[in-house]
Amino acid sequence: MAVRSRPLSPHLGIYRWQISNTLSIVHRLTGAGLCVGLLALTYWLVALAASPVRYAAAAGFFASIPGLALIAGWTFAFFYHLLNGIRHLFWDAGLGFERTQRRVSGWLVVAAAALLGAATLLLFWHR
Amino acid sequence: MPSLRSPLRRALGTGSAHTGAAHWWAQRVTAGALVPLSLWFVVSLLLLPDLGYLTLRAWLAAPVSGFLAMLLVAVLAYHADLGASVIVEDYVHTPGARTATLLVLRGAFLLAAGLAVFSILRIAFAAPNP
Repeated sequence: MAVRSRPLSPHLGIYRWQISNTLSIVHRLTGAGLCVGLLALTYWLVALAASPVRYAAAAGFFASIPGLALIAGWTFAFFYHLLNGIRHLFWDAGLGFERTQRRVSGWLVVAAAALLGAATLLLFWHR
Repeated sequence: MPSLRSPLRRALGTGSAHTGAAHWWAQRVTAGALVPLSLWFVVSLLLLPDLGYLTLRAWLAAPVSGFLAMLLVAVLAYHADLGASVIVEDYVHTPGARTATLLVLRGAFLLAAGLAVFSILRIAFAAPNP
Protein backbone atom coordinates (compact mmCIF):
# COMPACT_ATOMS: atom_id res chain seq x y z
CA MET A 1 0.00 0.00 0.00
CA ALA A 2 1.42 3.35 -1.03
CA VAL A 3 2.00 5.68 1.91
CA ARG A 4 1.11 9.23 0.86
CA SER A 5 1.54 12.26 3.02
CA ARG A 6 -1.92 13.55 3.85
CA PRO A 7 -3.04 16.68 5.67
CA LEU A 8 -3.00 16.11 9.42
CA SER A 9 -5.71 17.22 11.80
CA PRO A 10 -5.51 19.17 14.06
CA HIS A 11 -3.14 21.50 12.20
CA LEU A 12 -0.76 21.88 15.10
CA GLY A 13 1.09 24.80 13.48
CA ILE A 14 -1.96 27.06 13.58
CA TYR A 15 -3.85 25.35 16.38
CA ARG A 16 -4.85 27.70 19.21
CA TRP A 17 -3.47 26.03 22.34
CA GLN A 18 -6.07 25.64 25.09
CA ILE A 19 -6.76 23.75 28.29
CA SER A 20 -8.84 20.99 26.60
CA ASN A 21 -6.27 19.80 24.08
CA THR A 22 -3.40 20.21 26.54
CA LEU A 23 -5.12 17.97 29.10
CA SER A 24 -5.97 15.46 26.36
CA ILE A 25 -2.32 15.20 25.37
CA VAL A 26 -1.25 14.96 29.01
CA HIS A 27 -3.78 12.14 29.48
CA ARG A 28 -2.05 10.17 26.74
CA LEU A 29 1.43 10.94 28.01
CA THR A 30 0.56 9.94 31.57
CA GLY A 31 -1.12 6.78 30.22
CA ALA A 32 2.04 5.83 28.33
CA GLY A 33 4.16 6.61 31.41
CA LEU A 34 1.90 4.50 33.61
CA CYS A 35 2.31 1.58 31.17
CA VAL A 36 6.01 1.67 32.06
CA GLY A 37 4.96 1.97 35.71
CA LEU A 38 3.05 -1.30 35.36
CA LEU A 39 6.28 -2.98 34.28
CA ALA A 40 8.04 -1.51 37.34
CA LEU A 41 5.21 -2.71 39.60
CA THR A 42 5.62 -6.19 38.07
CA TYR A 43 9.37 -6.14 38.74
CA TRP A 44 8.69 -5.11 42.36
CA LEU A 45 6.18 -7.99 42.84
CA VAL A 46 8.51 -10.53 41.19
CA ALA A 47 11.34 -9.42 43.47
CA LEU A 48 9.06 -9.61 46.52
CA ALA A 49 8.06 -13.16 45.57
CA ALA A 50 11.64 -14.23 44.82
CA SER A 51 13.69 -13.64 47.99
CA PRO A 52 14.63 -11.04 50.64
CA VAL A 53 17.85 -10.33 48.69
CA ARG A 54 16.01 -9.64 45.43
CA TYR A 55 13.47 -7.50 47.25
CA ALA A 56 16.26 -5.52 48.92
CA ALA A 57 17.73 -4.85 45.45
CA ALA A 58 14.38 -3.63 44.13
CA ALA A 59 13.69 -1.53 47.23
CA GLY A 60 17.21 -0.13 46.94
CA PHE A 61 16.58 0.97 43.38
CA PHE A 62 13.26 2.63 44.25
CA ALA A 63 14.96 4.41 47.18
CA SER A 64 17.70 5.81 44.90
CA ILE A 65 17.44 9.28 43.35
CA PRO A 66 16.26 8.03 39.91
CA GLY A 67 13.93 5.58 41.64
CA LEU A 68 12.40 8.29 43.82
CA ALA A 69 12.01 10.59 40.80
CA LEU A 70 10.20 7.80 38.92
CA ILE A 71 7.90 7.14 41.88
CA ALA A 72 7.11 10.87 42.19
CA GLY A 73 6.36 11.03 38.44
CA TRP A 74 4.18 7.92 38.51
CA THR A 75 2.29 9.21 41.57
CA PHE A 76 1.36 12.51 39.91
CA ALA A 77 0.68 10.72 36.60
CA PHE A 78 -1.54 8.19 38.39
CA PHE A 79 -3.73 10.80 40.08
CA TYR A 80 -3.95 12.92 36.93
CA HIS A 81 -4.86 9.95 34.71
CA LEU A 82 -7.35 8.66 37.30
CA LEU A 83 -9.15 12.00 37.74
CA ASN A 84 -9.07 12.99 34.07
CA GLY A 85 -10.23 9.45 33.24
CA ILE A 86 -13.27 10.01 35.49
CA ARG A 87 -13.81 13.30 33.60
CA HIS A 88 -13.79 11.30 30.36
CA LEU A 89 -16.31 8.83 31.79
CA PHE A 90 -18.66 11.73 32.58
CA TRP A 91 -18.30 12.92 28.97
CA ASP A 92 -19.02 9.39 27.74
CA ALA A 93 -22.26 9.56 29.74
CA GLY A 94 -23.06 12.83 27.93
CA LEU A 95 -22.41 15.10 30.92
CA GLY A 96 -20.21 18.17 31.33
CA PHE A 97 -19.76 19.13 27.68
CA GLU A 98 -20.52 22.86 28.07
CA ARG A 99 -17.56 25.14 27.57
CA THR A 100 -17.45 26.44 31.15
CA GLN A 101 -17.95 22.95 32.58
CA ARG A 102 -15.13 21.61 30.40
CA ARG A 103 -12.71 24.30 31.52
CA VAL A 104 -13.66 24.20 35.19
CA SER A 105 -13.50 20.39 35.36
CA GLY A 106 -10.15 20.49 33.56
CA TRP A 107 -8.58 22.90 36.02
CA LEU A 108 -10.18 21.01 38.93
CA VAL A 109 -8.51 17.80 37.72
CA VAL A 110 -5.12 19.52 37.48
CA ALA A 111 -5.44 21.06 40.96
CA ALA A 112 -6.77 17.88 42.60
CA ALA A 113 -4.09 15.71 40.95
CA ALA A 114 -1.33 18.05 42.15
CA LEU A 115 -2.79 18.11 45.66
CA LEU A 116 -3.42 14.35 45.96
CA GLY A 117 -0.04 13.52 44.40
CA ALA A 118 1.82 15.82 46.79
CA ALA A 119 -0.16 14.56 49.80
CA THR A 120 0.48 10.91 48.90
CA LEU A 121 4.21 11.47 48.44
CA LEU A 122 4.43 13.37 51.74
CA LEU A 123 2.61 10.57 53.57
CA PHE A 124 4.89 7.97 51.95
CA TRP A 125 8.09 9.68 52.87
CA HIS A 126 7.09 10.81 56.36
CA ARG A 127 5.36 7.71 57.61
CA MET B 1 -29.89 9.49 22.62
CA PRO B 2 -31.31 7.83 19.44
CA SER B 3 -28.83 5.68 17.55
CA LEU B 4 -27.39 7.17 14.36
CA ARG B 5 -26.49 3.75 13.01
CA SER B 6 -28.68 1.71 10.71
CA PRO B 7 -30.23 -1.52 12.06
CA LEU B 8 -27.90 -3.54 9.82
CA ARG B 9 -24.80 -1.78 11.18
CA ARG B 10 -26.00 -2.30 14.72
CA ALA B 11 -26.49 -5.98 14.04
CA LEU B 12 -23.04 -6.34 12.48
CA GLY B 13 -21.50 -4.20 15.21
CA THR B 14 -19.02 -2.52 12.91
CA GLY B 15 -18.06 1.15 13.02
CA SER B 16 -15.79 3.31 10.91
CA ALA B 17 -12.74 1.47 12.23
CA HIS B 18 -14.35 -1.87 11.16
CA THR B 19 -13.99 -3.32 14.63
CA GLY B 20 -17.14 -2.17 16.39
CA ALA B 21 -17.38 -0.65 19.84
CA ALA B 22 -15.87 -3.57 21.77
CA HIS B 23 -12.44 -1.96 22.19
CA TRP B 24 -13.89 1.40 23.24
CA TRP B 25 -16.32 -0.24 25.63
CA ALA B 26 -13.66 -2.50 27.20
CA GLN B 27 -11.47 0.55 27.81
CA ARG B 28 -14.31 2.27 29.71
CA VAL B 29 -15.28 -0.82 31.72
CA THR B 30 -11.69 -1.48 32.78
CA ALA B 31 -11.31 2.24 33.63
CA GLY B 32 -14.37 2.04 35.87
CA ALA B 33 -13.01 -1.08 37.60
CA LEU B 34 -9.61 0.53 38.09
CA VAL B 35 -11.02 3.54 39.98
CA PRO B 36 -11.73 1.57 43.20
CA LEU B 37 -8.96 -1.03 42.64
CA SER B 38 -6.12 1.45 42.14
CA LEU B 39 -7.29 3.73 44.96
CA TRP B 40 -7.50 0.70 47.26
CA PHE B 41 -3.91 -0.18 46.32
CA VAL B 42 -2.49 3.29 47.01
CA VAL B 43 -4.41 3.75 50.27
CA SER B 44 -3.42 0.25 51.45
CA LEU B 45 0.27 0.95 50.83
CA LEU B 46 -0.09 4.20 52.78
CA LEU B 47 -1.78 2.42 55.70
CA LEU B 48 0.91 -0.27 56.01
CA PRO B 49 3.31 0.43 58.90
CA ASP B 50 6.30 0.09 56.54
CA LEU B 51 7.18 -1.28 53.09
CA GLY B 52 9.55 -3.95 54.37
CA TYR B 53 9.81 -7.48 52.97
CA LEU B 54 7.87 -9.23 55.73
CA THR B 55 5.14 -6.57 55.98
CA LEU B 56 4.45 -6.63 52.24
CA ARG B 57 4.47 -10.43 52.04
CA ALA B 58 2.06 -10.70 54.98
CA TRP B 59 -0.18 -8.13 53.30
CA LEU B 60 -0.27 -9.98 49.95
CA ALA B 61 -0.64 -13.36 51.65
CA ALA B 62 -3.89 -12.21 53.29
CA PRO B 63 -6.84 -13.46 51.19
CA VAL B 64 -8.64 -10.18 50.47
CA SER B 65 -5.59 -8.03 49.72
CA GLY B 66 -3.88 -10.77 47.69
CA PHE B 67 -7.02 -11.31 45.62
CA LEU B 68 -7.58 -7.59 45.04
CA ALA B 69 -3.91 -7.09 44.08
CA MET B 70 -4.27 -9.90 41.51
CA LEU B 71 -7.42 -8.33 40.08
CA LEU B 72 -5.65 -4.96 39.97
CA VAL B 73 -2.62 -6.12 37.97
CA ALA B 74 -4.77 -8.18 35.59
CA VAL B 75 -7.24 -5.36 34.83
CA LEU B 76 -4.40 -2.82 34.77
CA ALA B 77 -2.49 -4.82 32.15
CA TYR B 78 -5.64 -5.17 30.04
CA HIS B 79 -6.39 -1.44 30.30
CA ALA B 80 -2.74 -0.58 29.51
CA ASP B 81 -2.84 -2.77 26.40
CA LEU B 82 -6.09 -1.16 25.22
CA GLY B 83 -4.70 2.35 25.74
CA ALA B 84 -1.29 1.63 24.24
CA SER B 85 -2.92 0.07 21.16
CA VAL B 86 -4.94 3.26 20.57
CA ILE B 87 -1.72 5.30 20.65
CA VAL B 88 0.00 2.88 18.25
CA GLU B 89 -2.97 2.90 15.86
CA ASP B 90 -2.83 6.71 15.81
CA TYR B 91 0.88 7.10 15.12
CA VAL B 92 2.19 3.94 13.44
CA HIS B 93 0.79 3.96 9.90
CA THR B 94 2.78 1.27 8.10
CA PRO B 95 0.58 -1.85 8.24
CA GLY B 96 3.37 -4.34 8.99
CA ALA B 97 5.05 -2.16 11.60
CA ARG B 98 1.69 -1.42 13.21
CA THR B 99 0.78 -5.09 13.61
CA ALA B 100 4.27 -5.90 14.88
CA THR B 101 4.18 -3.08 17.45
CA LEU B 102 0.71 -4.09 18.63
CA LEU B 103 1.82 -7.70 19.04
CA VAL B 104 5.01 -6.79 20.91
CA LEU B 105 3.05 -4.54 23.30
CA ARG B 106 0.36 -7.16 23.84
CA GLY B 107 3.07 -9.71 24.55
CA ALA B 108 4.76 -7.38 27.02
CA PHE B 109 1.54 -6.65 28.91
CA LEU B 110 0.52 -10.31 28.92
CA LEU B 111 3.96 -11.21 30.27
CA ALA B 112 3.71 -8.51 32.94
CA ALA B 113 0.23 -9.62 34.00
CA GLY B 114 1.30 -13.28 34.12
CA LEU B 115 4.44 -12.55 36.12
CA ALA B 116 2.63 -10.25 38.56
CA VAL B 117 -0.26 -12.67 39.18
CA PHE B 118 2.13 -15.60 39.51
CA SER B 119 4.26 -13.64 42.01
CA ILE B 120 1.24 -12.81 44.17
CA LEU B 121 0.16 -16.48 44.08
CA ARG B 122 3.68 -17.56 45.06
CA ILE B 123 3.51 -15.24 48.07
CA ALA B 124 -0.04 -16.28 48.96
CA PHE B 125 0.71 -20.00 48.83
CA ALA B 126 4.27 -19.90 50.18
CA ALA B 127 5.15 -21.97 53.21
CA PRO B 128 4.95 -19.69 56.26
CA ASN B 129 8.25 -18.14 57.44
CA PRO B 130 10.79 -19.57 54.98
